[in-house]
Amino acid sequence: MFWEPEKECMDREELRQLQLEQLQATLSRVYMNVPFYRKKFDELNIDPDEFRSLDDLRKLPFTTKNDLRDNYPYGLFAVPLREVVRIHASSGTTGMSTVVGYTKNDIKNWSNLVARVLTAGGVTKDDVVQIAFGYSLFTGGFGLHYGAERVGASVIPISSGNTARQIKIMQDFKTTALVCTPSYALLIADTIQEMGIDINALSLKYGLFGAEPWSEKMRQEIQGKLRIIATDNYGLSEVMGPGVAGECLERNGLHINEDHFLVEIINPETLEPVAPGEIGELVITTLTKEAFPVIRFRTRDLTRLMPEPCPCGRKTVKMQRVMGRTDDMLIIRGVNVFPSQIENVLMSVEGTEPHYQIVVDRKGALDEVTVMVEVSESIFFDEMKKQHELIETIKRRLASELSISVQVKLVEKKTIERTEGKAKRVIDNRKL
Amino acid sequence: MLKIRNLEAGYDSLKVLRHISIHVSSGEIVTIIGANGAGKTTLLKTIAGLIRSQAGEMLFEKREITRLAPEKIVFLGCSLVPEGRQVFAPMTVRENLLLGGYVQYQRNKKKEVEEDLERIFGLFPRLRERETQLAGTLSGGEQQMLAIGRALMARPKLVMMDEPSMGLAPLIVKDIFSIIRKLRDEGNTVLLVEQNAKAALGIADRGYVLETGRIILEENAEDLLSNRDVQRAYLGRDLDTETKI
Repeated sequence: MFWEPEKECMDREELRQLQLEQLQATLSRVYMNVPFYRKKFDELNIDPDEFRSLDDLRKLPFTTKNDLRDNYPYGLFAVPLREVVRIHASSGTTGMSTVVGYTKNDIKNWSNLVARVLTAGGVTKDDVVQIAFGYSLFTGGFGLHYGAERVGASVIPISSGNTARQIKIMQDFKTTALVCTPSYALLIADTIQEMGIDINALSLKYGLFGAEPWSEKMRQEIQGKLRIIATDNYGLSEVMGPGVAGECLERNGLHINEDHFLVEIINPETLEPVAPGEIGELVITTLTKEAFPVIRFRTRDLTRLMPEPCPCGRKTVKMQRVMGRTDDMLIIRGVNVFPSQIENVLMSVEGTEPHYQIVVDRKGALDEVTVMVEVSESIFFDEMKKQHELIETIKRRLASELSISVQVKLVEKKTIERTEGKAKRVIDNRKL
Repeated sequence: MLKIRNLEAGYDSLKVLRHISIHVSSGEIVTIIGANGAGKTTLLKTIAGLIRSQAGEMLFEKREITRLAPEKIVFLGCSLVPEGRQVFAPMTVRENLLLGGYVQYQRNKKKEVEEDLERIFGLFPRLRERETQLAGTLSGGEQQMLAIGRALMARPKLVMMDEPSMGLAPLIVKDIFSIIRKLRDEGNTVLLVEQNAKAALGIADRGYVLETGRIILEENAEDLLSNRDVQRAYLGRDLDTETKI
């Protein structure tokens, strides 16, 4: 199912023409309307009129989260405030929040793009969609809400939190699609189990999850526990919010809405483009945003592009699920470690639960990493020898994945704090 | 159908078009709106081959037309309805139309010319009534119909129109625009340049906003209509008191 087949299945050559047209128009507009960009371009002697191909994008400077903060709150808006109909702010996962605005047309485009993502994930107008993202300055709740309404689904704007009530509503309102973070989906699944509710009595069919990185193993876990088809979707408020990219039912990579976003993958250290298909930092330039266009925004999200054609028929390029953030990257004894690598290892070991925490300490001059992972009760109460074996297995696999040794601690189920939003996976106690 | 990348054009040392990239797909009405002097007419004249481009490429049905003479471009199927009509005043309506069909003779489609004439008269009954009248004696609206008819006689795949509403009474403008819409419904492709942004966006599928030689917006016509910048700059602030077209 497609929401806008003529766009999602557009011929690549036509798409490139459209992207060039839109990029040139966007550059002319930001140069005219946003002093920040004009100053930056002038400093670097960049003439927006000299843009002739999409490759010329590389000549432009990056825009970073810091640039957004420096221009807090409205400095990067490309239209006067009277044309802005909505204001959101980033969730502030890392540091101070940044403010973004939307014109009437931006909201329309946004709804449409989220509708594409929802449709790709299986949602139709016949669905009852429970949106358990926060309705606030955070773009998740409202973004998905408008998209689901656009599709014509029946939308339950329950917002996040109060898990028992979420489940009651799910039962009573016959929710067919759940929208939230993957970690919250898992918490809901576990709570359903605990409450002794028969999962087959629920009407759930689809889950559309985003706003934090998750693993394939976690998808299997959620799909199994909730008996749904779970898809991943991606977005960030600085660029628009949800609706930037989303998985189709193939569940193998997220289709990027390339007629609205131009993407690049760069090496976060050298800032040069990586070889095609290689992992690096995702950089996005908006092509149609009116109120808050961004040029080469460094997302800090790590992924790779998957240019191979998708059996679903969409011709847009796919990105692999986000593997972590460049600023989540832990430097442990000089080695780059991503929490997602640790998650992948944990998920591949029999007997572990998908709840874990990574604690980093500094003992003397040495960094020490302790991975705390929940294990099923049977193992926890099992003989010491078995526990020991499990610890050794995890240690060995982690060492081979990360090339550093880490400590592993098994903890009882429910020991690690559950969150209703984004999970807190890393506790860094080092005073650097 | 038409694909333009980084087109630059102007008059001698005066650069009017900066780096224009636009496209028109088959079956679309695409409009280019912009203020006086933005470069709209220059753009159409450059596509039609009447002005030589200084840089960039233009593809018509995947064929490079950048260096082609105007008559070759018409032969390929791209016709222009020029600004201010420019009908041949001392000739009759019929003669004007036959001149438009001249390219059909080159294509060895002489027989079709009579058919086409009938088609044009079907589209514009007023022209049939005035078939033998001198074009110079027609009203402005009739001359515009004649100019459109003359372009259609070449059986173009793409019709480019430069300000077809210029200097016409609102009622006539309405007629002209409903004919443009009808042309599209019959499968024609139209590139329309207009100062009357509201009327143009009302019938177009997509639009570009041209400002001082640069494209600053590309959007669905509907979205452009609701764009406040466009409303202020091209539609007049008070939409409600504007003449209904």
